[in-house]
Amino acid sequence: MSDIPLSAAPSAAQHWKRHSPLQSALRTGITVVIVAAVVWSLRTIEIIPEFLYDAPAQTMDLFARMWPLDWAFFPTDIFPALIETINIAALGTVLAIVMALPLSFLAARNVTRSPVARWIAQFLFVSSRSVNSLIWALLFVAIFGPGALAGVLSIAFRSIGFVGRLFGEAVEDAHPGPVEALTAAGAGTMSVLVKGYWPQVQPAFWSIVLLRWDINVRESAVLGLVGAGGIGVALDAAISNLYWDQAGLVLLTIFGVVWISEFVTSRVRARII
Amino acid sequence: MSRPALHRQAFPPNRGKQAILSALIVYLVYAVLALDVSMARIVTGIGNAAHFFDRMFPPNTDPSKLALIWDGMKQSLQIAILSTVVGLSLSLPIGLISARNIAPAWLGGPARVLVMICRSFHPLIVAILFVKAVGFGVLAGALALVVATVGFVAKLFAEIVEEISPKQVEAVRATGASTLSVLLIGVLPQVLPRFAGLSAYQLDSNLRNSTIVGIVGGGGIGAMLFTASQRFDYDVVLTIILIIIATIMTLEFVTARIRKILL
Repeated sequence: MSDIPLSAAPSAAQHWKRHSPLQSALRTGITVVIVAAVVWSLRTIEIIPEFLYDAPAQTMDLFARMWPLDWAFFPTDIFPALIETINIAALGTVLAIVMALPLSFLAARNVTRSPVARWIAQFLFVSSRSVNSLIWALLFVAIFGPGALAGVLSIAFRSIGFVGRLFGEAVEDAHPGPVEALTAAGAGTMSVLVKGYWPQVQPAFWSIVLLRWDINVRESAVLGLVGAGGIGVALDAAISNLYWDQAGLVLLTIFGVVWISEFVTSRVRARII
Repeated sequence: MSRPALHRQAFPPNRGKQAILSALIVYLVYAVLALDVSMARIVTGIGNAAHFFDRMFPPNTDPSKLALIWDGMKQSLQIAILSTVVGLSLSLPIGLISARNIAPAWLGGPARVLVMICRSFHPLIVAILFVKAVGFGVLAGALALVVATVGFVAKLFAEIVEEISPKQVEAVRATGASTLSVLLIGVLPQVLPRFAGLSAYQLDSNLRNSTIVGIVGGGGIGAMLFTASQRFDYDVVLTIILIIIATIMTLEFVTARIRKILL
């Protein structure tokens, strides 16, 4: 793995090279492309110098306006919105599991023999992951109107790909022994899934769910910016009205919730895995 | 002497687990009720959906619109590239410093706190703050994604560095090498391949997020998407989403190939 020559005193006949000519040409090519991409991005980015000189003052102004925090805002607006955010994250995660579990068995090579079915499941996962949850939220707000329902659905649809792909990989890694034993004993498909695969993939399942729930708590906090319910609505209102003391309190609340959810997930993970 | 049980249960029920699961179910029922969704709303929603898809198809392929969309997408790509490059060059040192086996606690502690703060907020929220600080535009979005990159890459990179084999580090140190040489020869060769993997992942992730920072004024295609959806131009929305998906899939394919060549 290193570039150090293997022989202590390389002779002319022994000249070690790590890469073949094709490989080094490809590597040079990639480096050139990356540098070109960065230069291209730098040349077209618009930086308005006046705004940049102003930035430290603006940042100070931001914090000055946030302080003191408007605590009266907490019981009336933030707390209900916070509960809604947590509910959105939980329901979205559960809904995603319900939809992703059958699909991930469909995507696993050792469970599903039909390549077409596997391909369909993979396609659904990729489409779910390629669309950001905010974009899913825009779509669901258009269909169901603003509110928590759109939030739950967008969290769920964004999570299907994540949960499904990772859980499908866990199923593929399952040991075939118990499954073959059950099949040999004449067990039905359902029994094979529940008694053969499930005990093996259960730890992976809980760890994936916890990971996604943790991500979903963060995401559901911003869904309100496009009208999909939760604490983001309070944030959006505070910022639109330029009530930075309220916005600061919302940010502090989100920080606290994210910190607690990270603490909870790490504790639970240590317990069950 | 206790009497041997005649009917020992093979799998005794786990009361604690049952209690937790029941509590979870009770909570979920409460959460569903708290959503306050009536059947009527869902029925209207499904009716709306038909109308919505009707307006969405066919996607808008007006050349002037396409040119505008491509402009926005280009900006998103630039945000993604710049934020990844800057974010990665910050994450490498910050990640090294936060690894417990590399840096002393007085240096590592603050670095870990910094990384944790970067991780705590969704890029969109960070973007709001940067829009206030440096004004509307690409720069605010790119800075927000730099923060997101540091939060993710530096944390995972630190964990990777904590898992390295100490033998090579000790061997290099035993030759009397300076701290910098120990890092360059003993530590980095062990972790760089995985850092490259993280970088490729983060580029994809930054591209996904660079398509939404525009919603709060951070530049890129997001602004156009948000406006189009608020103006009910759903055919434009569909075109934008399709272009976003195509770009993301292409980039994912390219980064996967590049990883194969480089590693």
